[in-house]
Amino acid sequence: MRLFWHELRAEQRLFWRNREAAFFTFFLPVIFFLIFGSIYGNTQMSHHQGRAAPFLEAGMIGYGVAATCFAGLGITLVVRRESGVLKRIRATPLPAATYLLAVLASTFVVFVIEALIIIAIGRILFSVAIPHGVFSLAVTLVLGALAFAAMGVGITSAVRSSEGSSAVINAVYLPMAIISGTFFTPKSYPEFLRVIAEALPLTHFTQLTRDVMVHHQHFWSDWGAISVVLLWGAIGLIAAVRGFRWQPQEG
Amino acid sequence: MSVVSVNGLRKSYGNVEALRGIDFQIEPGEVFGLLGPNGAGKTTTIEILEGYRKRDGGEIEVLGADPERSTGALRERIGIVLQSSSLYPNLTARESLALFAGYYTEPRDVDEVVEIVGLGEKAGSRVRTLSGGQKRRLDLGLALVGNPELIFLDEPTTGFDPGARRAAWETIRNLRSLGTTVLLTTHYLDEAEQLADRVAVLRDGQIVRVGSPAELTGGSSETEIRYRRDGEEIVEQTANPTQRLNELTGEALARGEELEGLEVRRPTLEEVYLELTGE
Repeated sequence: MRLFWHELRAEQRLFWRNREAAFFTFFLPVIFFLIFGSIYGNTQMSHHQGRAAPFLEAGMIGYGVAATCFAGLGITLVVRRESGVLKRIRATPLPAATYLLAVLASTFVVFVIEALIIIAIGRILFSVAIPHGVFSLAVTLVLGALAFAAMGVGITSAVRSSEGSSAVINAVYLPMAIISGTFFTPKSYPEFLRVIAEALPLTHFTQLTRDVMVHHQHFWSDWGAISVVLLWGAIGLIAAVRGFRWQPQEG
Repeated sequence: MSVVSVNGLRKSYGNVEALRGIDFQIEPGEVFGLLGPNGAGKTTTIEILEGYRKRDGGEIEVLGADPERSTGALRERIGIVLQSSSLYPNLTARESLALFAGYYTEPRDVDEVVEIVGLGEKAGSRVRTLSGGQKRRLDLGLALVGNPELIFLDEPTTGFDPGARRAAWETIRNLRSLGTTVLLTTHYLDEAEQLADRVAVLRDGQIVRVGSPAELTGGSSETEIRYRRDGEEIVEQTANPTQRLNELTGEALARGEELEGLEVRRPTLEEVYLELTGE
């Protein structure tokens, strides 16, 4: 337990000192919320669903989970693997499980801070009510964080070099964030994009956050969406368990 | 009891036999050098002992344990410097040492380690601002901070300029005075000669000679005697240098001559090494 806290503190320090990573995974969703919220936060949505700002807020939390738990975690682990840091850590008495748990916990801390800031900005700047189903929201966020973290660890086995890590992982997650409708509602998308969106975990996670935050439903009200997120999480977990490596690619 | 004991160690990669049955022991407090050209099997050997690679055959013991099986307990007692530096660029040198110190139950004092590896002025600097030599010394510090009984150094000074190498050598000599046992790989002869109590020369996955640098050079029977007579340089090889020198100087004294440019030399480790490794 002492080792876990020791490593978690170090991971937090490492995250906030790495400005590029902190910008792309932490600040970018916040900045997009500020920009898009200002542009169309007060636009009325069709079918009497009210203003766009609450939808955007929930969508930005979905974008945030993909940025921190999937992209940020995946890139960090690939860079550490290829630079030999993971290999070096393995030679210390720090147990592998403790190390990985601390890295995951640190990622969750970043995501939770990000979600809280997005909710605060929504309240202060865009007059979005604070979500009242706090328990449902918490469960939803934990579910998403775990599923996307599993995918983030899982994708590291598909990336061979640290130079390629940002390129490959961004190429996966940025289009996913847009197609999944974190910025706009996917209902207005052309048919073929909606078909793709239906298969993506982020579409369903964003749907869950909107159910809970905008429609004030319980997190268990949409088992279909929960199943898709869990299924993708399981695929990520299998890839992680089978393909995770501590040592760099052999020269 | 030996700190490291290796018997009949074998390892293949596909069809390539990287290690063809090697044996050596390292005694407590010893600095042991594995010397050989690139591809001779040095890194394979050290990484098997560190627990990173699995052997195909043979028996090994590191501090009485099998590195393939034992993990946490053995890792408390060993320190490792990998061939390439592996550090967090955004931590300072001191923070890196403190982070690693926290992984061990009985770490060495961080300031003491800063002192040993000579990073005093740079202790507060971010790792990414350190020079290659300074990063390497920090690597050494990270290997030391757990207060290990045994340290593995895989090519600790490759790519260094001469000044940085001398500084690193000084640090490694300090380890000996701390009583730490060291296994060091290198392809530099002068490094092995400067640092190691005993050297094993590795060639194509086999140990071709083991001994102290003095024994290795002493193993060659010939001594070379050079002098000039009548302006002509004479070079003699002899297995009995004492007797031959006595004869030469006796004759010269009897004639009242000076043996100009008299030189007596043993073969250098370099000559022995080149002979052994067939380069």
